[in-house]
Amino acid sequence: MSNFWTTFKGNKGAVVGLVILAIVLLASIFAPMLYTTSPWDMVNMPFMAPGVDSSVPLGTDTLGRDIASGLAHGAYISLLVGFVSTIVSLCIGIPLGAAAGYFGGWVDDVLMRITEFFQVIPSFAFAIVLVAIFEPSITSMIVAIAVVSWPPVARLLRGEVMSLKHREFIEAAELSGQSGFTIITRQILPNTISPVIVLASMMVATAILTESALSFMGLGDPNVMSWGYIIGAGRTVLQQAWWISFFPGVAILLTVLAFNLIGEGLNDALNPRLAKRRG
Amino acid sequence: MLRFILGRMVKIALILLAITILNFCLIHMAPGDPALVMAGEAGDADPKFIEDLRAQFGLDKPFIVQLWTYVSHFATGDLGFSYRQQMPVSELILDRLPATLLLSISAFLISLILGVVAGVIAAARQGKASDSIISTIALLFYATPLFWMALMAVLLFSVQLGWMPAFGYETAASDMTGLARMLDIAHHLILPSVVLGLFFMATYVRITRASMLEVNRLDFVKTARAKGLKPSVIQRRHVLRNAILPVVTLAGLHAGQLVGGAVLIETVFAWPGIGRLMFEALQSRDYNVLLGVFTVSAALVLMFNLITDFTYRIVDPRIRLK
Repeated sequence: MSNFWTTFKGNKGAVVGLVILAIVLLASIFAPMLYTTSPWDMVNMPFMAPGVDSSVPLGTDTLGRDIASGLAHGAYISLLVGFVSTIVSLCIGIPLGAAAGYFGGWVDDVLMRITEFFQVIPSFAFAIVLVAIFEPSITSMIVAIAVVSWPPVARLLRGEVMSLKHREFIEAAELSGQSGFTIITRQILPNTISPVIVLASMMVATAILTESALSFMGLGDPNVMSWGYIIGAGRTVLQQAWWISFFPGVAILLTVLAFNLIGEGLNDALNPRLAKRRG
Repeated sequence: MLRFILGRMVKIALILLAITILNFCLIHMAPGDPALVMAGEAGDADPKFIEDLRAQFGLDKPFIVQLWTYVSHFATGDLGFSYRQQMPVSELILDRLPATLLLSISAFLISLILGVVAGVIAAARQGKASDSIISTIALLFYATPLFWMALMAVLLFSVQLGWMPAFGYETAASDMTGLARMLDIAHHLILPSVVLGLFFMATYVRITRASMLEVNRLDFVKTARAKGLKPSVIQRRHVLRNAILPVVTLAGLHAGQLVGGAVLIETVFAWPGIGRLMFEALQSRDYNVLLGVFTVSAALVLMFNLITDFTYRIVDPRIRLK
């Protein structure tokens, strides 16, 4: 573990990522306390440029809503959708991939055909269709993102399980009479955890990008303030009020960057052999 | 070769069939009456039209018969009727398809060429300043939301500098023809295709760099050096040819994302392709058009994957097409 931290800290990018993530996390926790009024409330004149009035440091939007308040509240939604949809897609991909890799044969064939099917479907278009049909809400968004992003998890797991399957400790477990289910959950899955963690951190980044894109397209939960929504709402007045679209975009960029950097740091720290090869 | 093509065609047909069935299930899982879903927004549709739809798709018959009717309509290229636009969905899509193809193919070429060139440079200067700069830029583009990059590009290049048109496919109400018209379209194409391309460039840079470094360590490269070949010749003829394979794989995997990206880019730039059509369908809750565009975009991805498989054979003769 101390070894892990030494390697992780050695990656400057990863530390920067961690700092950015900490800021976003704090913003999402303290947003309701910092901004006691709803981010949907009109607090000042519409179209206030940033820096003009210190009560609205990042300016106001077309309806006089505080951009800074919107950003703080949006942080929560981005992280929520990013984390939950990743967890849901892990819950789909891990069992499918593990079963395909462990049982092989027709189980593998069927599961991999399904995985391939979901992989060739254009994911963003599919997510749009899912959210549109099931009515925009946080839940439908999380489900849609999870449904389009589990195939890489299943593929990764399948490969890992196949390479572990013939190792001696698994054979020993089989001989000792453990069932397939026990072997997968007790012996194999704990050994696949590091590549899954690395993949998951990258998936959170992609999920946040997808969430913002869906909200930008007007498919966000109509009751929830999100970064993508603010950009979408500011789009038509881009010429008069650049700041409405500009700041939320920077927030998305930094958050996504943070997860990608952390993912790379984790990769270096958890898969040292791979990291050396990439060097 | 013929067997390979036939096999692929069967696979593509099966996947399209599966997507059609998926569409059907989605319509039925949607909250509300499937006939209303197909007609567009509930309440707006003419009751007579709804009755026609019910009869046409046998919505009063058992589930399996409905599925069969739906699939056989799709199989003949009938993607339904857009009640909103008073036009068959297939016609709407065919109308918009060329613009999307133009945009995605240009963006793909831009991302591939820029990405591979930058990746080769970064690998050649591993550890030096130019390597870090290229890698950092790639990392940044990879984390930038595409639609935001598009808006910022409009702000900078159209609004501030006035170099490029901010939206559209060609200058409205102009009667340009021939070369003048083509140049006008190209001028409109630059901004959307470069923005879409830059986002995907990032991944090509990373994979090309990693792959070049990997191949550089192989024995045959040492042999080539020992033979006294010029380093530039080794890099171009030997290393790049081998390092390009993962790039081709990635290009195939990207096809789906490219279509998704085109939806966002077309939305921002009012580019009259199927992505923009999808956005318009979303606004008016025109589900037939939505599902039609979804199906056609999946078909595009499958075609693109087929092309990547052929490219594999050209780039690497060792690979036999199975």
